[in-house]
Amino acid sequence: MIEWQWELVWELAPRFVDATGKTLMAAGGGYGIAVILGLIFVVAQRTPIRVLTFTMREFVELVRSTPLLLQIFFVYYVGPQFGLILSPWTAGLIAIGVHYGAYLSEVYRGGIESVSKGQWEAAKAINLPIVRTYRRIVLPQALPPAIAGMGNYLVGIFKDTPMLSVIGVAELMHTATTIGAESYRYLEPYTMVGAIFLALSLPAAFFINVFEKWVRRTLGMVK
Amino acid sequence: MTYVEFLQAHSGRMIDGTIITVYQFLLSTVVAIGIAILFGLMKLSKNLAVRSVAIIYIEIFRGTSLLVQLFWIFFVLPLFGIHLDKFTAGFLAVGLNMGAYGAELVRGAILAVPQGQWEAAIALNMSSRKRMWRVVLPQAFVIMLPPWGNLIIEILKGTALVALISVTDLMFEVRQININTFLSIEAFGTAIIIYYLIARLFVTPVMRAFENAMSRKIGRA
Amino acid sequence: MTEDMSQYPLRLDGDDFPMVRFQKVTKAYGSLVVLNQLDLDVSAGEMVTIIGPSGSGKTTVLRMLMTLETINSGVIYVEGEPLTHMERDGRLVPANSAHIRRIRSKIGMCFQHFNLFPHMTALGNCMEGPVQVLRLPRKEAEERSLELLEMVGMAEKRDQHPSRLSGGQQQRVAIARALAMRPKIMLFDEVTSALDPEVISEVTNVIRRLVDTHNLTMLMVTHQMGFAKEISDRVCFFFDGSIEEQGSPAKLFETPERERTKQFLNAVLEAN
Repeated sequence: MIEWQWELVWELAPRFVDATGKTLMAAGGGYGIAVILGLIFVVAQRTPIRVLTFTMREFVELVRSTPLLLQIFFVYYVGPQFGLILSPWTAGLIAIGVHYGAYLSEVYRGGIESVSKGQWEAAKAINLPIVRTYRRIVLPQALPPAIAGMGNYLVGIFKDTPMLSVIGVAELMHTATTIGAESYRYLEPYTMVGAIFLALSLPAAFFINVFEKWVRRTLGMVK
Repeated sequence: MTYVEFLQAHSGRMIDGTIITVYQFLLSTVVAIGIAILFGLMKLSKNLAVRSVAIIYIEIFRGTSLLVQLFWIFFVLPLFGIHLDKFTAGFLAVGLNMGAYGAELVRGAILAVPQGQWEAAIALNMSSRKRMWRVVLPQAFVIMLPPWGNLIIEILKGTALVALISVTDLMFEVRQININTFLSIEAFGTAIIIYYLIARLFVTPVMRAFENAMSRKIGRA
Repeated sequence: MTEDMSQYPLRLDGDDFPMVRFQKVTKAYGSLVVLNQLDLDVSAGEMVTIIGPSGSGKTTVLRMLMTLETINSGVIYVEGEPLTHMERDGRLVPANSAHIRRIRSKIGMCFQHFNLFPHMTALGNCMEGPVQVLRLPRKEAEERSLELLEMVGMAEKRDQHPSRLSGGQQQRVAIARALAMRPKIMLFDEVTSALDPEVISEVTNVIRRLVDTHNLTMLMVTHQMGFAKEISDRVCFFFDGSIEEQGSPAKLFETPERERTKQFLNAVLEAN
């Protein structure tokens, strides 16, 4: 049986604080890319150009149904084969951004589809052009139902950042593994990583909920 | 080296890996379904202690990361005398993690069964067990099948992580091939296609057929 | 399906062409023909009411005119110009979106389920078109919208969102929103069907006032026979995708000629 060593926890704390910062940076950066890519994916899927629509839908489907870990390796290792060398950070953020962009495009799509047909027709009846129909009528209404999904994927991206450790991004998991290799202590490092994830992701759901209510109220859509 | 030569040289390893991946996937799914039903029902219990256990389980497994859980089970549990071989640790970690997500689906679907159904069952004087198993669960089952379709794809994807504790699944094998040959696009690209085909040609059609069969059986088609 | 387009004029000439003309307009969903070779003229300033059993294609008439539905054949003209088509090299070809938008700006529509924008106030709903489409300065759009909200008796609720308004109130705002675009033609698609009986008069009173004070061309689909009789210049009875009978309200309601018209009117009267 092994004893939990608090001294070790305090000793390791500074390294974990640093790594938590890197994890949050990776999650935030990846999410930023995903939010924008998702929008591009969904708009491309809604154009009248058949080929584009079809390719985009298949691409999103492919990205969503294959492992992120594999995609991280793919982005990181395939570049050099063609003379394009990406840093672990760049490759990691691209992989995670594309992966979650595919998920977010589905969230956006759900939001857009939740806007009733009558809204499109009313916009047409006042002769609103398509771009402005999206911007002024559809997207504001598509946003509130999308927030919960968008928030879940923000938490999801955060919890998937440990996979970046495999290509050497020095986030939490990587730090824990390094410590394990140095000191042959696994209990404290891995438990601390788990605790940090728990402490950060538990309140997230609460804040997403509050934010969603706030948006609905701001847009005046409360019953 | 052409792609055909690449496949000739390495298809053996990739097929072996795919078989392990499928095993891991099926076993993880079984574990996840069991965990989901158990903790989903427990979270609906009137008993505070039972409910708390379920809530704590679900929050811990959803709130930390699958990779963290996998490493914890594989590297930390042995320190407490629980030795699991890597294969078992792999599907157990994936199943325990995904089961926590599944528990929420089970709970949500049960709550989504209209109140009138419970009331009608009460009016027929059914026992609470009968109400649940004969009236509510069959309907909840149909409600939750579509989201389970997505979760099962997540399980398949989740099994790729077991490569990191050296289970020789498809992910592990293509990584080895990549290290030996540096043919990254061939190795990882082929693996992506294999995962996609499993999802698209196996998981999705099975789930769809299941959905159709169930909704017919329950009279919703 | 290719159609000989030369049978349709490029534009309607002369000095008394109708405000709206449907010429041999057919609409089908797959094999289900909703409207069959419809011919219908509506003069400027005329109030035409369309009645008929459900599934007779009456709502489709309005939706095609608002270009919410495409047509399979035939041509619709608005103020003498084709709406569904446009001229190119002396021939009619299907209209592009710029053409449709230009002609469509003459038409306003109110819906059965109001379709107000839930994230905008009553005033915001009315101003949306004038500001975003007509490019009016905000101040002018606001004045115009307030005037109309005043007219429909909703000025006090200008800052309320639709979810805080009753059905009758929402429909009145929807009418103001449509009028804010200064249409020449107004379409009312079962505007009272989703309302509680006690608030129907709120909306019908507004429409009455419109008929009295504005020189609008109006097409209305309704189940309210009393209202139709009172307000219309002409009533069209639709059956099975075409006009079975039409005429002045007095004639159609008092002395219908066709058997189907009689049956329908009897059934409706019995239901009330």
